[in-house]
Amino acid sequence: MLGAYLPILVLVAIAVIFGLCSLVFSSLIGQKKPSVVKLAPYECGCEPVGSARERFSVKFYIIAMLFILFDIEAVFLYPWSVLFKRLGMFGVMEMGVFIVILFVGYIYVWKKGALEWE
Amino acid sequence: METFFFMIVAAVAVLASILVITCKNPINSALSLILTFFCLATLYVTLDAPFMAAIQVLVYAGAIMVLIVFVIMLLNVRTESGRRSSHSVLFGSLIGLFTLFQLFYLFNRSSLTGQKGTIDSALINKVGHTELIGKALYTDFLLPFEVTSILLLVAIIGAVVLTKKKI
Amino acid sequence: MGYEILGLPMAYYIAMVLKVLVVFVFVLLTVAYSTYAERKIIGHMQVRLGPMRTGWHGLLQPIADGVKLFFKEEIIPSKADKFAFLIAPLIALVPAFIGFAVIPFGETIEVGGYKIPLQIAAYYDTASGQVVDLNVGVLYILALASIGVYGIVLAGWSSNSKYSLLGGLRSSAQMISYELAAGLAIISVFMLSESLSLQKIVADQANGAWYAFKQPLAFILFFICSIAEINRTPFDLPEAETELVSGFCTEYSSMKYAMFFMAEYANMVTVCAVTTTLFLGGWHGPGFLPGWFWFVAKVYFLIFTCMWIRATYPRYRYDQLMRLGWKVFLPLTLINIVVTGIIVSL
Repeated sequence: MLGAYLPILVLVAIAVIFGLCSLVFSSLIGQKKPSVVKLAPYECGCEPVGSARERFSVKFYIIAMLFILFDIEAVFLYPWSVLFKRLGMFGVMEMGVFIVILFVGYIYVWKKGALEWE
Repeated sequence: METFFFMIVAAVAVLASILVITCKNPINSALSLILTFFCLATLYVTLDAPFMAAIQVLVYAGAIMVLIVFVIMLLNVRTESGRRSSHSVLFGSLIGLFTLFQLFYLFNRSSLTGQKGTIDSALINKVGHTELIGKALYTDFLLPFEVTSILLLVAIIGAVVLTKKKI
Repeated sequence: MGYEILGLPMAYYIAMVLKVLVVFVFVLLTVAYSTYAERKIIGHMQVRLGPMRTGWHGLLQPIADGVKLFFKEEIIPSKADKFAFLIAPLIALVPAFIGFAVIPFGETIEVGGYKIPLQIAAYYDTASGQVVDLNVGVLYILALASIGVYGIVLAGWSSNSKYSLLGGLRSSAQMISYELAAGLAIISVFMLSESLSLQKIVADQANGAWYAFKQPLAFILFFICSIAEINRTPFDLPEAETELVSGFCTEYSSMKYAMFFMAEYANMVTVCAVTTTLFLGGWHGPGFLPGWFWFVAKVYFLIFTCMWIRATYPRYRYDQLMRLGWKVFLPLTLINIVVTGIIVSL
């Protein structure tokens, strides 16, 4: 167990060190001549209008929520896909029921226009 | 060595979860929560449950937290300013102490430790954790599994109802 | 060889450190030179020369770019959320570079009587005489892919600029949508391999045909979804410069910008390596050359394909992109699973 996971830890450490070094060294080496205009958010060279912290379309939430739900479906499919040859036709049937029920939900989402971007 | 590793990961997990409730900035709280999930996933790996670890990251850190971060961005939650009211501090600590007391009581009574399971590390390493979970889920716990699909269906409909103005 | 630490021989640790370093340097060099190759290949496809000035035919271009970015001024916008702004490139970079840990890139080699599998997160178990790797190798990669989203969403939010916010949101919604489709597309592979361990998936393809032939639909879906997930053309909406300037990294400069750039290319390398392993037989090839050669050749071919696609196709529109992901790919993957299930069990 240890033999397979220890290398991942080492690789994570190397990647983090590499990233931190890039951050630190570039901020040390690079010149710094800050000015009010330079530090303002970019808006095509004009004065920024209003705040960027505004509400955005509800579409993004529905995508995030549907993603969670279908991701959980995928999670249920992983152990099944590994076992399904051993479960035989019975396994296909039970997963068929599962997928069909969720497909009903998918069709509902489609028909209600939650997947439309206009 | 394993205990030592557990100590480090557990300490990080506890620290991160304390940060979740003490950070003034909600995004930093969310980040700490993600770190907590990672520590939990690491603990699952040390407990020979790699599938659980992967799911912990995939579903909790990778899916549910995305939604939470989106919501923080939508609500435009500002950095919390000022002190919390003294009432919430009082009630919060009381509830916390009560829960802690309950936990100690349960552990001392040790009425929770029942029989040991039949699945041990040797079996997991031989058969594979994913396979064992699958076997239990798709034979012994078939009905709960199918009911889950209905739960997910309800959640899908709920998501649409919540976000659509006109249904 | 008698000396052991934590039940593993000394040779294991030496081999591990060597493997980690070799792979890290390989990914880093591939990332650096695929930026060069991309400019060169697309240049020639568009009847231009591409970079020519630095070194012979511009061969030193990536190094010059890297040095230049190191010396650039670091700008942190005054309105930005400092901590999130600084940590976002790190969150994008780290998952991109550690995905390679579970990918087998060659056959087991023997050095001084000790067997070393060419896969970072694996070792040779002398007791059972088998290579032990992660039982959930594929899920590890999917989990890392799901973490990469935060780098982009945080970069977009913390910059406190409208372009960044829109770019970050668009790209995170795109990434999660296609992550879902990619995750569903590869299920039909596990149905054939009966395992999530990449060693076993590669071994199973060596015994039979490549999964690209057994599961052509899954192969195409997975590759397209992966390209969309790593935000490459024709799905590079977050960087749609005609509408969003530079998307989530509008406010980033110097090495922090370079880190997003490296993360993007490292993701491309990882995705190509995963596709090779899952569908193109991994490191297996005609026996006259070593396994790692075939692995690298297949990965580079797929990287070339990514660049070819970039030179060929125009960018998608955002509504078309989301429609494609949710209304075409998602049902197709589910149908593919059901059809595979019925055919195999009949």
